[in-house]
Amino acid sequence: MSENKKLTAWDVVQIARDKNRPLLCDYIDGICTNFIELHGDRRFGDDKGIIGGFATIGDNKVMLIGHQKGKTFEENLVSNFGMGSPEGYRKALRLMQLAEKYKIPVVTFIDTPGAYPGLEAEARGQAEAIALNLAKMSDLEVPIVVVVTGEGGSGGALGIGVGDVILMLENSTYAVISPEGCASILWRDGAKAPEAAEAMKITAGALKELGIVDEIIPEPKGGAHTNHTETLANVEKTICKYLSALGKLSTSKLVSNRFKKYMAIGKF
Amino acid sequence: MGWFNSKKEKDVQVATVTTEELWQICPSCKAHIYKTDWEANIKVCPNCNYHQRLTAWERIDLMIDKGTFRELSTSVSTSDPLDFSDAKGKYLDKAAIVKKKTGLKESIVTGSGNLNGTRIVLGVMDFSFLGGSLASGTGEKIAHAANHALYHKRPLVIFSASGGARMHEGIISLMQMAKTCAAIEKLHKAGIPYISVMTDPTTGGVSASFAMVGDIHIAEPKALIGFAGRRVIENTIKQKLPDDFQTAEYLDDHGFVDAIVKRKEMKNYISSVIGYWNH
Ligand SMILES: [Zn+2]
Repeated sequence: MSENKKLTAWDVVQIARDKNRPLLCDYIDGICTNFIELHGDRRFGDDKGIIGGFATIGDNKVMLIGHQKGKTFEENLVSNFGMGSPEGYRKALRLMQLAEKYKIPVVTFIDTPGAYPGLEAEARGQAEAIALNLAKMSDLEVPIVVVVTGEGGSGGALGIGVGDVILMLENSTYAVISPEGCASILWRDGAKAPEAAEAMKITAGALKELGIVDEIIPEPKGGAHTNHTETLANVEKTICKYLSALGKLSTSKLVSNRFKKYMAIGKF
Repeated sequence: MGWFNSKKEKDVQVATVTTEELWQICPSCKAHIYKTDWEANIKVCPNCNYHQRLTAWERIDLMIDKGTFRELSTSVSTSDPLDFSDAKGKYLDKAAIVKKKTGLKESIVTGSGNLNGTRIVLGVMDFSFLGGSLASGTGEKIAHAANHALYHKRPLVIFSASGGARMHEGIISLMQMAKTCAAIEKLHKAGIPYISVMTDPTTGGVSASFAMVGDIHIAEPKALIGFAGRRVIENTIKQKLPDDFQTAEYLDDHGFVDAIVKRKEMKNYISSVIGYWNH
């Protein structure tokens, strides 16, 4: 950790977007046994940008949901670079409600530039799909552990990111808008993205200080992409720790704690 | 996030000072309307039905029976959790100017009051306050209004007018989407009505949170409503979007609003809907 202390927010943005960084498929292969992918929102289609299904992490049977980025350009064309469509958010909600019925916790993996900005996404209610998830996740009656692994891109991240515990990898980011977007609006110059990144406080360390993040998961020296095995082990260990702690709470305590957690963000 | 381009009809040329005082030029169809007529028609163009934005207090006057409004959360004011500055300087300095200009402390006014004799809790966003952006103060006021509605078992009505989350408060703004939705979810569980009215514009993080989880979704005619910005979408999909894209009418066609209601009929419409609440 101390090694990475000198990194600027913009450095961290680059690491978070590194093409060799572990992706959802790596976490599924590396820390989940018996992953059973479940498809479709039962409304319109099956989004490849957000995927999910039953999985076992350590001793924990969970519902795993996450943004799927591709390893190659071709894969990214299929998964829209991990940008979820309304069908993805609706599938995620369906799976979370299934988890509630089966009384298993939900674990979400966040790595997205944002929700997909497209004609069809708007026509089919991108805003409504995300909004409904925020409401329903707030009182889902099973534990929700959120892990930001790469880019936490605004509403597209939050749409599967409401939970009891928010974990961030050391070199991941979470922001209301991309640094480039913020710079082009507030600095009138997209090239000022490094300054915007710093000002918006988007790194795991800054967000921990703001009280948004519960724990930072350490990465190997140089970043997660330099050693997948070590990264995955750290992620698995931390998820299991929180699943075990949350599993001890009664449902009413769990849900009321989650409500209080969100009510306290930006309190007066 | 559109508050930075809230150019008024400044550019429109007017012949004389007298003309300017007498006439309102409709920003949409450019028709010259007597200012007194414009005001009497509650800032709706009689020629093309363009609904000009209202301030929060204009809207409250319109919706709430005279003398019955009691404001909530009066102490909540803009805060600066990130200690944020941009190219133009400190966020709080910018906010101070807007506060002075608008007489508001945040982008929403909340309170309780009577709507045709029924006590409701009302929140009205004001686009002139930093583009109606959703910030920690806004979220806190909405959450408090929802809690108030829950406690007193009164319907909650929120008029949205917002470009989205306020960048200057970073992640804290983003989290207000979750906070407001969590507070409103309690009303759903408790069987208390929540009516969302989307006025021009309702976009970004506001459309993707409390504005879209209503029992009833109402939109003002021609209001801009959508998640992603038009330009962002055009850059992504490299194709031209339909003219009516992200209008109230487009959302109605696609099943995301229950009704498009004219300003003149809004109060009675909400009153009728709430009248079906059996409690
Ligand atoms: Zn007109």
